[in-house]
Amino acid sequence: MARAAEAAEELPDLHGEKMVLNMGPSHPATHGVLRLVLELDGEVITKATPDIGYLHRGDEKIAENMTYNQFIPYTDRLDYLAPLANNVAYALAVEKLLGIAPALPPRCQYIRVICCELARLSSHLLGLGSFAMDVGALTVFLLTFTEREKIYDLIEALTGARFTTTYTRIGGLARDLPPGWAAQCRQFLQEVVVNIDETEKLLTRNRIFVDRTRDIGVISREAAIDYGLSGPNLRGSGVEFDLRKAHPYLVYDQLDFDLAAGSAGDCYDRYLVRIEEMRQSVRLLRQCLDKIPGGADNPSQEPINVADGKIVLPAKEKVLTSMEELIHQFILVTEGCNAPPGEVYFSAENPKGELGFYIHSKGGGVPHRLKIRAPSFVNLSILPHLLPGHLVSDTVAIFGSLDFVMGECDR
Amino acid sequence: MNWIGMSARELAQQLKTRFGDLISEPAEFRGEITVRLSDPACIAEICRFAKKDLGFDCLVDLSSLDHYGSDPRWTVVYHLYGYGHHCYLRIKTDVGEEESELPTVTTVWRAADWHEREVYDMMGIRFRGHPDLRRILMWEGYPYFPLRKDFPLAGKPSTVPEVAFTNAAPMDGGPFVTLAGGRDSTAREPRVRGPESDKK
Repeated sequence: MARAAEAAEELPDLHGEKMVLNMGPSHPATHGVLRLVLELDGEVITKATPDIGYLHRGDEKIAENMTYNQFIPYTDRLDYLAPLANNVAYALAVEKLLGIAPALPPRCQYIRVICCELARLSSHLLGLGSFAMDVGALTVFLLTFTEREKIYDLIEALTGARFTTTYTRIGGLARDLPPGWAAQCRQFLQEVVVNIDETEKLLTRNRIFVDRTRDIGVISREAAIDYGLSGPNLRGSGVEFDLRKAHPYLVYDQLDFDLAAGSAGDCYDRYLVRIEEMRQSVRLLRQCLDKIPGGADNPSQEPINVADGKIVLPAKEKVLTSMEELIHQFILVTEGCNAPPGEVYFSAENPKGELGFYIHSKGGGVPHRLKIRAPSFVNLSILPHLLPGHLVSDTVAIFGSLDFVMGECDR
Repeated sequence: MNWIGMSARELAQQLKTRFGDLISEPAEFRGEITVRLSDPACIAEICRFAKKDLGFDCLVDLSSLDHYGSDPRWTVVYHLYGYGHHCYLRIKTDVGEEESELPTVTTVWRAADWHEREVYDMMGIRFRGHPDLRRILMWEGYPYFPLRKDFPLAGKPSTVPEVAFTNAAPMDGGPFVTLAGGRDSTAREPRVRGPESDKK
């Protein structure tokens, strides 16, 4: 309260025609705890100052005091709408530092791609659902959340938790696909396509939706690159760039999918890009389920972890009977895997954009510095440039189309 | 454009050819090219050249490192990327603690704005010429720089009247992290870890 009053008094035009409106951190349409101080001239925004940091938990400081494996639960809570994607991106970053990325077993890589694409579906369903709800189309929200429930059921069967999955480990995965999971996933894919079609029928040619999003929040190609936007926001502005195509990681280079890119850079284009990305995710998931080495239930026991006792915990039977495995287990749990001194930057195409991890290691199991390059942090920085000139009601459409999440922005 | 078809190493070499001794030899680790800049005051000029002539049109990340106990204490790390040639480049530059300041690159990429504010907020490194250098994640008036190595994990008590306050978090004596490479198991035992125990 006091801070909002302070902001009002600091602005010089208070006694003129401009009004200061505080879109406070607790607001149903700000997609988390984002505070926006808007200076208004009637209904038109003349200045917008985002105030972030309400969800700052000090993840980067915490990472300097934990081993690499111990930090994985914190990555769930970054973009908490697509936790599997964060887990995969972090594990890949550490594996790049360790130099074991080429040694990842193919089954592990396929399962990680399945995780990433399920996370992308989940995140876009929520993003579009809340976008449509904020703009007024309340039914779409419930439609997309029905499908998200099915994704949560799949994720719960796979990892044990709906939300905070902590599924990947350095050098592999926590556990393999449970029996019957692939069939359940295929069933879900058949249903989600129907649902995406319904959502499109409700929104794409809907006069009200188009009027609220066409030519609103236009981000030019140059501005998108200059501000460092990534993901669907960048592609909506016409930059045909996807990390999965430009710098393929895991098995994306062996899979067939198309890039979705817009042209106008407005909210409507970003919506269309996300719809198309969902369809491509379904396509990718179908290919992965068909091509996964070992098949759905893995009767041939294809490995899912790198076969290195110094990185991956050995099997429990061996730990309790054999000396070498006991020592590996002890060192891995207490000190963590021994990373070489050096630094890496690895980024993955997360549903929100480019999630990057910059790890600076001085050797040992604990990083010296872990910087999380959060796509939502960078995407939000365009707001002071983008909002002025729009009406107050357009802020909601712009937030929905930028699809950021504060957990990632504030870390 | 003279950067078409070049690899990251060739682009880094071009940077070194243009700026000579200011730029170190490009180093490679895990397929990434890193160059060090010896004089942080030239960073804006280097970045402007990298953007205009080498096609690095995007600043992907700007972070800082704290080498507590050595001089220079700070390293500022810039990650550049070009959508034309799909190459990454890392530029690192060292800044001393007494100065704790270097020029801004917001004039080159507008993405640097919030990144530099975060580096100032978390590490206390100032950026000369930044349009609006104030705290971004912590609140105005917060007295400490949390990511510095001498700031404890539990936090320190602080009060900014009418805004916010902090107390030290209950860590029960921790953080307990086993540090690799101790002489014997007693040295490696998880003890309360702080910046002094990290210096070997």
